[in-house]
Parts: sequence; C-alpha cells; structure tokens
Amino acid sequence: MMGLIRAIARHPSGRIGAAIVLIYIVAALLAAAGLTPHDPLQQFRIDRLKGPNGTYWMGTDLLGRDTMSRLMLGIGQSFTIAFSSVALATLAGTIIGLVAAWWGHLWDGVLMRIMDVLLAFPAILLAMLIVAIAGTGTWTSIAAIAIVYTPIFARVVRGPALSLKQRDFVDAARTFGSSQGFILTRHLLLNLVAPLTVQVTLALAWALLTEAGLSFLGLGTQPPAPSLGVMLSESKNLMTQAPWLMLFPGLAIMLGILGFNLFGDALRDILDPKTQGRAA
Amino acid sequence: MNYVTQRLLTFPLILLGVSVIVFVAIRMVPGDAITAMLGTEAGLLTPAQRQALAEYFGIDQPIYIQYWRWLTGLFEGNLGISSIYGRPVLAVILERFPLTLELALLSMVIALAVGIPAGVFAATRNERASDLAVRLFAMIGQSTPNFVFALLIIYVLSVYFGYVPAMGTFTPLFVDPLANLSQLIFPALTLGLAFAASVTRISRSAMLDVLSDDYVRTARSKGAPARSVVWHHALPNALIPVVTLSGVEFGYLLGGAVIVEEIFALPGIGRLVLDAINQRDYALVQGTVLFIAFNFLIVNLIVDLAYAALDPRIRLGNR
Repeated sequence: MMGLIRAIARHPSGRIGAAIVLIYIVAALLAAAGLTPHDPLQQFRIDRLKGPNGTYWMGTDLLGRDTMSRLMLGIGQSFTIAFSSVALATLAGTIIGLVAAWWGHLWDGVLMRIMDVLLAFPAILLAMLIVAIAGTGTWTSIAAIAIVYTPIFARVVRGPALSLKQRDFVDAARTFGSSQGFILTRHLLLNLVAPLTVQVTLALAWALLTEAGLSFLGLGTQPPAPSLGVMLSESKNLMTQAPWLMLFPGLAIMLGILGFNLFGDALRDILDPKTQGRAA
Repeated sequence: MNYVTQRLLTFPLILLGVSVIVFVAIRMVPGDAITAMLGTEAGLLTPAQRQALAEYFGIDQPIYIQYWRWLTGLFEGNLGISSIYGRPVLAVILERFPLTLELALLSMVIALAVGIPAGVFAATRNERASDLAVRLFAMIGQSTPNFVFALLIIYVLSVYFGYVPAMGTFTPLFVDPLANLSQLIFPALTLGLAFAASVTRISRSAMLDVLSDDYVRTARSKGAPARSVVWHHALPNALIPVVTLSGVEFGYLLGGAVIVEEIFALPGIGRLVLDAINQRDYALVQGTVLFIAFNFLIVNLIVDLAYAALDPRIRLGNR
C-alpha cells in the first residue's frame, strides 16, 4: 500500500491527479462541516452579481449568494453521488461478473446478456430514463448512475475471472478442498483488485460527468441545493453579464474529471506493466 | 460457432431485451396512463368513460398481452401516438432524425480530421515536447464535458466576435445549405473536438505499438522514406482501434447529443427525448428510447462485423 502511494507520488500525472482529487475532498469536507466563506444559501441582496473580489472570492450570483461557498457544497454533492454510485456499481458489477465467470453456462449467458441489454443504451439516456421513472433526487441520481455503470464492472471482472479460473492455483485450491467462497474471494477477487482499482478511478470521472449532465438538464440535484451542473445551467443566461458564474463551476467540473482521469491513468501505468508509458 | 454467427444470433435477443426494458420501465411510472395523457381533465371522467378509454387504448388487458400488441405493432412501424404532438411517434422521430444524423456525421469528420493527424504526430515524436503538448491537450479535451465546452464556445463567440449562433428555427440542409451549416458548425465543433481528444489518444498509442513492430522496422531498414513508413505502412494497421472507437461514438451520437442540442436549441433526437420526459409523453419516451437503442445496436453490430472482416483471428472465432 505504501509502495503504491510512493509510486503514485513518483508518477508525474499521478501526482497532479492525486493532488486535485485531494483538494476537492478537502473542499467538500470543509463544506460539509459548514466551514465555507459564507452561508451557501444566504442571499446577500445588496451584493447581487458582484464579480470576484476580496469578500466574495468567486463573486456572487443573481440572488447574491456566494459562488465559492456554493461551489464547495456543490463539489460535496457531486462527490457524494459519484462515490456512492461507483461503490454500488463496483459491488453489483463484481458480484455479477464473478457469478457469471464461476458458474458459467446459463448463469453466464443470462447475466451477461442482461448486461449487454443495459449497454445498448447510451449512458446519459439510460440515466434520464431511470430518473423519468423514479423522479428526481439524490438517491435516484445515485441509483441511475450505478445502474448505468454496473455492466462495465461486470465485464471488467468477468474476463480476467474466466482466465483466473483456469489457472493451476485455483485447481490446486479446489483439490485441497477450499470452499467456493474462499476461492472466489481469496484467489479470484484478490487478483482482480488491480484492474478494478483502475476502473473505479476512471468510473468516478464518468460518474462526475453524468451527475453534472443530469443536474444541468434539471434531472439531477434540485435547486436551491447547489450542484456543479445546476450552477452551470443557471449561469447560461447570465454569461455575458457575469462570466464568473459560468467559469468557476465549469472549471471545477473539468478539473475534477481531469483529476480522476490523470489518477486513473497513473494507476493503470503502475499496476499494469504492459501499458507503461502508453497512456497520455 | 464462429464469432459472426454468434453475434448475428444474439442481436435479435438483445433487441428483444431492450424492448422489454423500455416497455416495463414506462409502466413502472407512478400513476395511470390515462391521467398521464389527459392531465387534470382525467379527474372529470366518469368511471364508465375511464373504462371506455382503457378499452380503447388496450390498457385493460393483462401486461403480457399489452406487450405482445406493442411488439407486433413495432413490426408495422407503429410506435403509438405522441400526446405532445398528436401525431404518430415514428413520424415525429423521423422528422428530427436528419438533424441528428447530420450533426453526428459532421462531428465525426471533425474528430477524425483533427484526432488522427494529432495522434500520428505525437507518436512519431514520442516523449518530445511536442508529444507532451499534444497529450496534455488531449487529456484536457477528454476531461472537458461537452456542455462546458459548448458554453465556452457561445461565450467566446458572443463576447469577442459579437456573433450569436442562430437558435430556435432550424434550417434543413436541402433548403439552405449555408444557413444550415452555420447553425450546425459550432455544435459539431463542440462534439467533434471533444471526441478528437479520445481519437488522438487512441491513435497515438496504437501508432506507438505498430511503429515498434518488425514489419515497420523492415520497411525502414530497406530504406523506405520516413513519411511513407508512417502513413502507408504503419497507419492502416494503427487505425483498427480508431475505427472501433469511432463506431461506438457514432452510435452514441445517433442517439442525439441531449445536452449540446439543448444548449444550441437544436430540434434533434436528444432534445425530443428530454421534452418527452419533461412533458410526460410516455409513448414518445418509449418510442425514442427504443429508436436510439436500436440505432446504437445496429451501428455496433456493423462495427463488429467490419472488425471481424478485417481481422481473421476474430472471424474464425478463436478468441
């Protein structure tokens, strides 16, 4: 574990990616603890549409709310949804992939065809469809994004699990009389940690993107709760008078995704020697 | 069973699965279809009128009979009637589709025209400053959501050039090609440049793989000019992963770029879905989602078959 952290610190893009992700997490935690420069929901009526200045570092919006405080809370909201949905997708995808690979035959056929069906929908469309059925809300967003990315994890797990199943050490474990549960967790799952870690990091980038997209379309987090997508969508009609309202949330979304992408690429370089130096 | 037959056999199965999901999903929406259709007026109906309407729309039947009717209707091109437009769903979709198709094609052209040369260029200057610059741009491009990029384009155009892209009414290609292009070029740039970033990354890494292959070294050692080695010997083989990636992306784009269409106020398939969801036009949601998934599956099938045709290892099924 310490070795991995050291390897990330040595990797140029890994260092930048990890730093960005850490800054975001700190910002989100500060916001969750109520330590924002101003109250994110309070409307400072006399200071409406003020540009960035000493009091409001990132300016204020149409209602006189502090952009920076809202941004910090918005990052928290986006990260909560991204982390929860990816955690659910990883759990569900791993179980489905392992079951399909281990029991094979009918299990494999049925489960993986269901995953194929889910993959037949473009991500944002499937998420929109789920929100249309279940209504908007934090939990719906989490569930929708989790369902969208579950098939990807199922595929990532199934492939390597199938080849691991053929390996001699698994046969040996079976001959020793190890239980199925032990083989599945100890021999298969443990060997899948590397590809899964890479996938989780990259999926966090997609989840941030999908959450921002849903919120931007009005199908995710609902105002007045701040979310990066909502802030960006609210800035649309004010972009000429108050460009900072668009600039900061836009940059925040971009940098967040960039952070996870860089981090994920670095992890892939470190954990998979085959791609050394290939990922940009 | 070889790969192609297997792929062709599972295709209808997956399509059937998609239709089941779409059908069941819409029926899981809280509230009944009649209320959804008539809104507050539904409250004025007598129970007998409700019953008559339910019989008329066939929703008094058990769900599997409803599904069967809907499925057989699909084969006759009957996707139901849109409650927003009061017209057949298929007609509404086909009216919107040319825009989405044109936007998808235009974006693909931009993405490939920018991405492939950039990727090849970076690969030939591996680890030099120009390579790092291309990789940095590609990474940033890949991490920029297209809605951020779209807003940025609109901002730059309006503030620095005093130009606002025409929004609202859309001019079809064959009515006025120039007006049509001026409307589509910026959304196409948004989608195209974002995807160019992925194309750059993939073609760079594929090119690096190929450039270290033996046959490229042979070509070099027999004295073939550097340009010819890169463009004639290496590139065709490096393009295979680019083709796959582009196929998948094209499939996605045919589903309409919901957010970009929304920002640029273009009446394409993506905005049709969004409007249908927002206005609870369930026949339209069902029809468009099915249409999009169908396109996506067809494009993917074609890409896979083309891929198999190019690569005998896949065609013969020893994967």
